[in-house]
Amino acid sequence: MRKPSVIEIFLTFLQIGAISFGGGVVAYLRDGLVRNKKWFDDVEFLELTSISNTLPGLNATNIAILAGDRLGGWPGASLALIGMCIPAFIFMTAAGIVYGQSHSRPLASAALRGVAAAATGLLAATWFKIGKKSLKGFYDAFFVMAAILGINYFKWGVPITLLAVGALAIFTYRPTTAPPEKPAQEEEQWISSLH
Amino acid sequence: MDQLPALAKVFAYLSFLTIGGGMAAFPEMRVLIVDVHRWLTAEQLTHVYSTGQMSPGPNMMMVAEVGQLVAGFPGALVCAIAFFLPTGILTFLVGRLWKRLENWPWRASIQKGLAPVAIGLAVGGLITFGRTAVTGWLTLIVAFATFVAVARTKINPVFFILGAGVIGLIAMR
Repeated sequence: MRKPSVIEIFLTFLQIGAISFGGGVVAYLRDGLVRNKKWFDDVEFLELTSISNTLPGLNATNIAILAGDRLGGWPGASLALIGMCIPAFIFMTAAGIVYGQSHSRPLASAALRGVAAAATGLLAATWFKIGKKSLKGFYDAFFVMAAILGINYFKWGVPITLLAVGALAIFTYRPTTAPPEKPAQEEEQWISSLH
Repeated sequence: MDQLPALAKVFAYLSFLTIGGGMAAFPEMRVLIVDVHRWLTAEQLTHVYSTGQMSPGPNMMMVAEVGQLVAGFPGALVCAIAFFLPTGILTFLVGRLWKRLENWPWRASIQKGLAPVAIGLAVGGLITFGRTAVTGWLTLIVAFATFVAVARTKINPVFFILGAGVIGLIAMR
């Protein structure tokens, strides 16, 4: 693999950060980094998404950092993160200026009521697809339900639910002395449509 | 300006709850932004979060819009840095350790265990979100139509979202 310059790293992530409309940044990243630039193969890319997924932070920025580090060390990681974030930062700050001026006016609120309804459908479809791909067996279904009930029924709050259900889930899938069935990466394809 | 330290604290904290994506942190974000600090109303937060779905790049950059609304441009900058830098440093460090963790048996357990929990947290967040976003028949129809369209077609969802904005302009005043 040819090592790109930090400028090229920055510009590549800036471009992905600017064109990745409609969610699913991970798919845009795969297109840009694997197909166009050929900086990674599919196996490496899957490994990056799998690390990103286990950690807090968004997949879009986590993958940018991990890929940037492999391509150009810490300067590459920093510039990949900044490039990924600049277009969205400009977009959202501008949206804040507009919304701040007009939020008392009915027009922006009316449009955003429609947008919020569609966003609910979009997010539901995204998570439906991820769930269909990645959930297997009784325990997975149980932990999904436990987290939903913890948040929406028992009102434990996100940190308690995450710690309690997360600890229980990790313990359930604890290492056994028997030989492992298969490497974890293969199970990690559910992330591909995460934002 | 006096809100900047509070904004930094809230968004740095929220960033560590985004396991699997931003939606996981939404219920906690709503408590802190709407109930505790009263920076936005529940409806305004839903609007800002939805605007994030139209943005390119990381959709959770909606935190910058919250900052912009609360404290102007410095607020936007503080929120973005507080939300993306701490978890970014963590990812960088774990990324470097990852190879060495290859033979650590708990690595696979953490990955397998957190996958369903992340999905549950996201659905939980989405239920919280939908309660404010879906308020009547028309919003329910728009949400359901978008769900079917995104699940069944390959069309870029940003078009459905823009179309819903037009429907809102016409019919949701």
